[in-house]
Amino acid sequence: MTARLISLLALLALWQTAAHFGNPRLLPGPMAVFATMKSEAASGALFGALSATLARVAAAFLLAMAAGSAIGYAMGRNALVDRVADPWIIVLLNLPALVIIVLAYIWAGLNEAAAIGAVALNKLPIAVVTIREGVRALDAELDEMARVFGFSRLRRLSHVVVPQLAPFFAAATRAGLSLVWKIVLVVELMGRPNGVGFEINVAFQLFDVPLLLAYALPFTAIMLIIETLLVQPFERHVSRWRPRAA
Amino acid sequence: MSPAGDRARLEARVAGKSFQTASGQSAPVIADLSFALDEGETGALIGPSGCGKSTLMRILAGLDRNFEGTVHIPAQGRIGMAFQEPRLLPWRSLEDNVRLAAPEASEAEIAALFAALGLSEHRTHFPGELSVGLARRAALARAFAVRPTLLLLDEPFVSLDAPLARQMQRDLARLVESRRMITVLVTHDVDEAIALADRIFVLSARPARVIGEIRVASPRSGMNGEEGRAIAARIEALRGAG
Repeated sequence: MTARLISLLALLALWQTAAHFGNPRLLPGPMAVFATMKSEAASGALFGALSATLARVAAAFLLAMAAGSAIGYAMGRNALVDRVADPWIIVLLNLPALVIIVLAYIWAGLNEAAAIGAVALNKLPIAVVTIREGVRALDAELDEMARVFGFSRLRRLSHVVVPQLAPFFAAATRAGLSLVWKIVLVVELMGRPNGVGFEINVAFQLFDVPLLLAYALPFTAIMLIIETLLVQPFERHVSRWRPRAA
Repeated sequence: MSPAGDRARLEARVAGKSFQTASGQSAPVIADLSFALDEGETGALIGPSGCGKSTLMRILAGLDRNFEGTVHIPAQGRIGMAFQEPRLLPWRSLEDNVRLAAPEASEAEIAALFAALGLSEHRTHFPGELSVGLARRAALARAFAVRPTLLLLDEPFVSLDAPLARQMQRDLARLVESRRMITVLVTHDVDEAIALADRIFVLSARPARVIGEIRVASPRSGMNGEEGRAIAARIEALRGAG
């Protein structure tokens, strides 16, 4: 923990040093960025942008995880579904995020549904593939045990299947969240009237680097906090029964 | 159909069971295997490793319905099973494993079972924290907790060291004595069969069929008596002939 803190402070020091010797217009120092952040926060614009972006991240993430889990489960359980859906998933995996975003905006218009749908569609195939992997790894012996002992469908799902899939959910969450928030900024930059991505576009038009960083850094910090305080504890929670040594 | 009457009865007539090999051929696992047990009886199926005993157990448990023949299990009540592997849910404590399989069992019943199997100190432990022997005991506790009318034990002591296996056989014999149920024990160990069974069915090598049936006159009296030695000799003779 201390090593991480020292490393972070070193990054700040490096930034300060570089700003000191460089062009302040291209690379403002931490204090200048902090001052911009303060004035943006005071006007309410910073929080408005952050909450708009976080709402989009949450919506796209939940949509992709829900649909991806259902599709991945079906593909892992049923060989025919897997054979039919697999090529689609491979196409989707290899389609550049930008292509999906532009097509979504062209076909559905510059609206919220298109933005969130495009982000979810980018994340979807990764969730599908991860959950499918988890379903394929389900323990057939435990399944037989549950059948012999007459576990109900619900009991089997919640006590036998879901605990085995939990590490895969956690992996999909971790990988998915970082992907989703990066793509959300792109859809905002291209076709939304608010959010962190929109503000970054404004800063780009004005060549205003302090403004750009004043929006980018708090947002990165929030995602880091979500990762540390929510995703990592969830991962630890779902694997708490594993013996420590193994 | 199963005979009417108060006494529960298990009748298995497996006329044939085959597996498809990788090359698409059909490999017979069970040839003609019939046996029956009445309520309160323990039958041991004894045969060499890989003769199809576990396949038979899966058929009796209703996990495999793809075979020729008929199996009648007691119409009332539940099946309790101890697999070759403990098959406990690793993310659940031992007592939660038992509760999930037997929601109807009272706390007192579960506590008594854990005590009978020497597991009282381990109730809240996770399976991964325990030795294989203790995990096996927990699997037995789970099988008993459902108050089964049919108890299936698939080599429950395999790969345990001999003193531990003997201890567990004694604990198991006491539990089997205390319940009115039909117990099917699959084993390759003659001593184990003699220690636990009322009837011993000697199986051939694959494809499995019954090559002899032995009634044990004084069940669970142990291996060292006159009868134990006589039975062991008969099993050897049957195997030699089969």
